Order: sequence, then structure tokens, then C-alpha cells
Amino acid sequence: MPDKVLTMREAVARHVPDGARVACGLALEAAIPFAFAHELIRQRRRDLHLVGPIADAVFDQLVGAGCVAVIEAAWVGNVTTGTGYCFRRAVEQGRPRPLTVRQHSNLTISLALQAAAWGVGYLPTRTALGSDIAGDHDGFKLVACPFSGQPLLAVRALRPDVAVVHVQRADRRGNAQACGNLGISPEAVGAAATVIVVAEELVDTGTVRARPELTLLPGALVTAVVHEPGGTHPAPLQQFRAHDAAAYRDYASASATEEGFQAWLERWVLGVDDRAAYLARLGDGRRA
Amino acid sequence: MVACAAREIGDGDVVFVGMRLPLLAFALAVSTHAPRAVGVFENGVMRDTPPRGPVVTMSDPPNLDGALWAGALSRAMALLAGGHVDLGFIGGAQIDRHANLNTTRIGPADAPRVRLPGSGGGCDIACAARRLLVVMPHEPRRFVERGRPPDQPRLRRRPRLARAGRAARLRVGHADHHQGGAARHRGHRRLRAGVGPPRRAGRRRGRRHPWGWPAGEPRAAPVTKAPDREVLEALRALDPERVWTGDG
Repeated sequence: MPDKVLTMREAVARHVPDGARVACGLALEAAIPFAFAHELIRQRRRDLHLVGPIADAVFDQLVGAGCVAVIEAAWVGNVTTGTGYCFRRAVEQGRPRPLTVRQHSNLTISLALQAAAWGVGYLPTRTALGSDIAGDHDGFKLVACPFSGQPLLAVRALRPDVAVVHVQRADRRGNAQACGNLGISPEAVGAAATVIVVAEELVDTGTVRARPELTLLPGALVTAVVHEPGGTHPAPLQQFRAHDAAAYRDYASASATEEGFQAWLERWVLGVDDRAAYLARLGDGRRA
Repeated sequence: MVACAAREIGDGDVVFVGMRLPLLAFALAVSTHAPRAVGVFENGVMRDTPPRGPVVTMSDPPNLDGALWAGALSRAMALLAGGHVDLGFIGGAQIDRHANLNTTRIGPADAPRVRLPGSGGGCDIACAARRLLVVMPHEPRRFVERGRPPDQPRLRRRPRLARAGRAARLRVGHADHHQGGAARHRGHRRLRAGVGPPRRAGRRRGRRHPWGWPAGEPRAAPVTKAPDREVLEALRALDPERVWTGDG
């Protein structure tokens, strides 16, 4: 079986081109792959189309760094403090570049990915009926149930080019095991053409075989494995790391202005070579 | 406000708990008067005890430690869509007198003055919970005569949804509004202790009413009971750093 382990730099360079449709931050507030997003920023990816539910502050950072053309999500901000200032500047002022937002609810983005994972063009739901989300963009269409005539909302399938999940452990072949709340990770990895697994721990296949019910995705469907301990900070990771609320508050204060965001970006993303350097800058007390 | 909101959770209710303030209100309810209530969280968690430590988000490890269930969002949402949730409990950015909730933007769609973060799961909860409770700080900018655009479910249309409940309730800082299925618009049901009824002067032209719209029969509104000491102590224990209850 092939060894799929790459560094984060290699994984981004090989598998995430400009303009890619990228699903990440899929477990809502937990297991957010900040290390992946920061590498996207360092490699100056442009025109990305981001897909996610509530991906905490990671979408705000990518928008502020000028990497994003389109966001298809249910919520964009900073869950600890509320507002995503980079997101607001992009939508309200077109800075650093204009942004198209295709508004979803958490359930409609889940269904859009599930439709793609199951190979159908749409899935029907009753959610969002009677709301303006249902008319926000061409990913929704009002239809009638073919059996009862009941009004339903058809949610168009959405197929990411790349899905990125940070999991507790994986082997070198990509067999990936996750625990805790998963959010929309299962449908996103099922829908994506390419899956990058970021693993807190690299384990042997025997460890995977001992608990197969924890496997989020078998390695046959995984393109690359990145071993990146601490890759979710400041987001929590069940069994490994708490939520670092102070880091989110610091980010909110800094990103309230463009200058502040640039200074934050320089200190925490552009000014460090990789995640190991980020964690060293953070210091021992804040990593876990 | 959090204590008043927690009282709406009945012992034994299945509650779909939204982001931010509802997290604390659910934790308070199961710590005090509703030990048999069960909370479902959109990230895929279900639990029937308060989190094992302070939380800022529903995905913080103390909200998963000791949980009954942790998995996919779709499974939690299926409980909601299947009609198994008694009470949906959400926050919101802006609401109008007809209970249209707005979480998306203020100003026109092509040039919004303020882009809000968006619905998250709020729209899903509002659509499918049998009862809906909205909790938000009492600020005039949040209470508008008519929200534009109403991005969230228009609650007056809820009866058109097969399983939608007939009543929605709004908890705010100082008052408790209620919209029954047949009510033409909401009025104050209760006022918090120490807060007077809205004055008639507030209805004068050009002067902004503190509720954003004229309230019906303000003098008939009874006063909400202040939280008991043990409830306040439980609240302080759940939020020791006063992250959510800093304004008292």
C-alpha cells in the first residue's frame, strides 16, 4: 500500500490549486485545520471557493488574507466573540477583494454535500422553507414532493475539489480515525474529489484495526496524510486540546482593523515557516 | 435574562440548543429545575447534564465529556426534522414585531451596511422545533418595526409547516414577548423586576420606542420574578469568568 504522508507544504502545493473548491472546518468549532489554512495563506492561494458549516474563524482569516472569491457556508465569524471583521470588510467594502457569499443553513450545507456523496443532483428537505435563505442563490429550488405534493426545498449537490479534516489519528496509508463531534465531516469527505487527512498522531494500521468503528474514512479514499500535531490550535480537539478562548479574543481585537489584521498575519502566519514554528512562538503553556 | 430563559425549559424537554447564550441557559436549567431535560447540539452532541466546566462553544471538550452521544450534525438535525424536539432555543441579531428573525445582513442585499455572520443552524431550528425560544440582549437596534430583509423563517408563517409549533416566545433583557398562533402581533407578557412599562411618550412621532414598536397593553404586563439565590449561584458556577453574564 502506498505511503501517503506529506508535509503540509507539500500537500497544499500538490493538491490545492488556485480556484479550488475547498471544504474545511467541517466539525463546526472543533478540529478546525488552522495549520492547513495558514499554509494556504503562506503559499498565497487565490480565488478559492470555501465550503463549510460554522468553520469558526478560519474562513475569516482566509478572506482577510485575500485567498477567497466565494464562500458557501452557514455562518462566518468568530464563535468566541461573534463578528468576523475580515468577512465584514470583504462584503461591505470589497476589501481586500470582493467576496461572493452563498448563504446556507447548517442543514442545507450538509444536504448539499450528502447529495454529492450519494451521486444525486439534489436532496429535498423542509428546512429553510418560508425563509429568505431558500431564495438566496441557485443552489435552492422549491419543488413538490412527487408522492404527497407537499412543498419541499431541493438543495443542489455540491462537490468540493478538496476536503480537509483534522483527525485524532491516522496511519501512513490514510486510514483516518476521529472521535468527538464530527459536524458535517462524513458527508464532506464522501463528496470531495480529493481528501487531505491531517493527523494529530500517526499510528500503525494495527491500531486502526483495533477500533474500526472510529474510522471516518478508509485510506483507499484518502489522497494525502499530513502529520501535524497541534494543527487545530486555537480550536479544540477532543482528547488532545482545549479551546483557547484568549487566542480567539486576541484575533478579534487585532482583526478589527486592516492594519491590525496584517500585523496579526505577519506574527502568526507569514512570520513563521510552519506549524512547529507557530507552536514554538505560542509557548508550552498554550498548546494543550 | 439567562435565568428567565432557562425557566422556559421544562423538566423532560428535548431541547435543541443553539450557539452562545442558549448554551448557558440549558446548562442552568439542567443544574436547577429541569434535571431530566436533554440537550441536542447541532455539532452532533447530546447530553443531559451541565458541561463539565465552562464552555464558550458547544464543541469545547467540557461539553463532550460525559455526553450521551457525539457524532454527525446530520443525525442531530434528523431529530429536529423528525419532530422529536420539544423546544428550539436560539439567539439572534435582529427581530421585528412579526417575529421575522434576521441573522444575515442589515441593508440591501447588493450593498449591505452590516454583514452579519449568518444563520448557522438557527434557521433549521426555527423551522422544525415544536416550540421556539429566542434570547437576545434588549437593545433598540435589535428590535425593529419591520426587518429588511427577513432572512430567517417568518414565524407568523410557521403554521404552514407541517410540524411547526403554534407559539414562539422571545426572551430579552427586560421583557418577555409572546406570539401566539392567532395573535396579530406580540405584546409584552412580563417585565423584569425594576423595569417600568414603556411610556406613552415613546410612541410620539420621531422618538424611538425602546422596544422598536408600540407594545400592547403595557400596564397589564406583570413583573417577572427575579431569580432565586440558588439559581444565581448555579449561574455563577457555570460562568465563573462572567463571559456571558458580565452585564449582570
